[in-house]
Amino acid sequence: MATSLMIVGVGGQGSLLASKLLGNILTAEGYDVKVSEVHGMSQRGGSVVTYVKYDENKVYSPIVTEGEADYIISFEKLEAARYASFLKKGGKIIVNTQEIDPMPVIIGSASYPNDVLEELENKDVFVDDIDALSLAEEAGSSKAVNIVLMGRLAKYLGIGYDEWINAIETTVKPKFIELNKKAFELGYNYNK
Amino acid sequence: MKETNKKLMIGNEAVARGLYEGGVNVVSSYPGTPSTEITEFISKYDDVYSEWAPNEKVGMEVAFGASLAGKRSCCCMKHVGLNVAADPLFTLSYTGVTGGMVICVADDPAMHSSQNEQDSRHYAIASKVPMLEPADSSEAYAFAKSAFKLSEEYDTPVLFRMCTRMAHSQSIVEIGEREDFKGYDYEKKPWKYIMTPGNAVKRHPYVEERTEKLAKLAEDCEYNRVEMGDTKLGIITAGTCYQYIKEVFGDNVSILKIGMINPLPTKMIKDFAEKVDRLVVVEELDPIIETHCNNIGVKVEGKSLFSNIGEFSQQTIREVLLDEKSDSVTADSEIPVRPPVMCSGCPHRGMYYTLAKNKITVLGDIGCYTLGSAPPLNALDSTLCMGASVSGLHGFNKAADNEKNTVCVIGDSTFMHSGVTGLINIAYNMSNSTVIVLDNSITGMTGHQQNPTTGYNIKGDPAGKINLEALCHSIGINRVRVVDPYNLDECDKAIKEELAADEPSVIISRRPCVLLKYVKHEKPLVVDENKCKSCKRCLKLGCPSISFKNNKAHIDPTQCVGCNVCSQLCPFGAIGKEVQE
Repeated sequence: MATSLMIVGVGGQGSLLASKLLGNILTAEGYDVKVSEVHGMSQRGGSVVTYVKYDENKVYSPIVTEGEADYIISFEKLEAARYASFLKKGGKIIVNTQEIDPMPVIIGSASYPNDVLEELENKDVFVDDIDALSLAEEAGSSKAVNIVLMGRLAKYLGIGYDEWINAIETTVKPKFIELNKKAFELGYNYNK
Repeated sequence: MKETNKKLMIGNEAVARGLYEGGVNVVSSYPGTPSTEITEFISKYDDVYSEWAPNEKVGMEVAFGASLAGKRSCCCMKHVGLNVAADPLFTLSYTGVTGGMVICVADDPAMHSSQNEQDSRHYAIASKVPMLEPADSSEAYAFAKSAFKLSEEYDTPVLFRMCTRMAHSQSIVEIGEREDFKGYDYEKKPWKYIMTPGNAVKRHPYVEERTEKLAKLAEDCEYNRVEMGDTKLGIITAGTCYQYIKEVFGDNVSILKIGMINPLPTKMIKDFAEKVDRLVVVEELDPIIETHCNNIGVKVEGKSLFSNIGEFSQQTIREVLLDEKSDSVTADSEIPVRPPVMCSGCPHRGMYYTLAKNKITVLGDIGCYTLGSAPPLNALDSTLCMGASVSGLHGFNKAADNEKNTVCVIGDSTFMHSGVTGLINIAYNMSNSTVIVLDNSITGMTGHQQNPTTGYNIKGDPAGKINLEALCHSIGINRVRVVDPYNLDECDKAIKEELAADEPSVIISRRPCVLLKYVKHEKPLVVDENKCKSCKRCLKLGCPSISFKNNKAHIDPTQCVGCNVCSQLCPFGAIGKEVQE
């Protein structure tokens, strides 16, 4: 059975780079890999989801459905709750605690639910919450939230630290390598 | 990576690689999600000529010309783009090809980024052209590579069907080398290429014969295969549905996997049907395979079980064929929806705000700017298809009795695609219409492609640049003015004056897309909480940077690009640049 990951967040937060990094490292590790993602500008500001699946045997479906995800990596708090139903029993949610108001909240037709992570934890869902925005800023750019979260994910996936660093070096543009290595390290070593 | 010729590729990149290795020489496309990346990836090969055409019809005709000249050609489009190119398609079926020709068309089941959910397989049947449909990137590569030979051997263009899940899913592809294809010498063949009635009458029987030959090929070809497993259940399927079935059943099912959607095999299906106890067709959208089975007298279950709406998944297969429901946890709170929005600093916003404020009826078009239809702007009244805003406005104004209070909005790329013909109609048939071209100097929605107004070609090199003002003037529009949509007063004045004028007019609302690399972002604005009176006027812009925190307006410094549109709205002067202390 393939391992299933979902990267969820708000369009424009950099999930494509995260899925590219994941795809590269998993391919380098010799797994069969499928990644399904959202393209184009049309999802800017909207809820976006990327599926990543890998296995030692063949992976068939490129998508993840309800109750299947081993990991949900959420770039934003509300999005973690939106896709929580995709988590399998015993699966893990890694979530950036940053809140980005969706348009219905901005214009006052809905409110931002503040306690969604607690609600999930109360139902025995494993939630690893992390202030990835602050760590990204510490690394040098608020745009590095994606790599901070990949650093956090790396703690669970069982692929060596050095392999991740190699994958970062081959995936990101040369001028951003140091920034992203720093962001990765901060996510990986973060202690609550 | 362990082997350098193995690569993780989205389906569209795999198609591009297959076409490249198959010897493609000329590619002409119009961008459209989910087809865009095929042409973008091809543009990275310097030994292939590629271009963005103004629309899909032009793209297909360019590909026709290249085939006529003896080279291998391709055009790519989304499903609705094939409607635009349907005219050349149906007669290309008659002319056939010299150099192989592939027409890539990407459907969008579930309408991730489309205005309808049409099934392009109908076009293959209607135009009598073979159609291939792969099920993952590896097949996309292999099918694309072989498609030119199929095209040349059967003297036909080949339709290549993708869908969103195929186009934008990555899987591993083992790539090879480019075929050294030199092309065929040009030879004049009026009987084949001049489709006057006299010649076309003779070509139609050829098309029918060709379909018969292709149907024979379908019985035994690299595209269709049987995978026998448990024979209690047999499934006929194609495309990504194959993956969902394999995910659920593994080898515990027998599958007839179709890779050539048109024409479909007959004997192969009958033989398969005899070997299994229960026969089900699994296909997204319309019952194309099912109808064929019915026509050849094979009893199947299909749309009686599965919807003809939206996308499937392994969950669909489990629910329908195994009656299994998923088990999952949800949060208790209601989760507000998060629709896509126009970006912070989007140049369309100022114009939309002004139109909404003046309660103008606005016929809209296809692009990022369709997002102006969403709350709080609610600025649009219609969106039909590429170019329909301009021609629709003319019809609206000819039919409407009331005072002139209607305009249309259309992007620069969409205007080039098919808006300009509507403007010609406005000038020719003289309606007192005001057309607003939202010129953000790029094709935005599909992810920043160049177009005839940008001055650059697909490779980013300098190219011919259509001057919108001169074009409108030459059509016969006397009133053409340019406004900066970041300047609300200027927008307001222009709209009021042009609507009051007694002749047709064009307002070019010009400012480049804020996401373009060369666009410099200003420092984020801040709200002076002492001055903010909580009137919420700034929230009427629907800017994702502005929210309400602790009963005061708040601007998110990570998103704001300092466009200053909101500061023009604030009656208390509470929004401005941060004062350095």
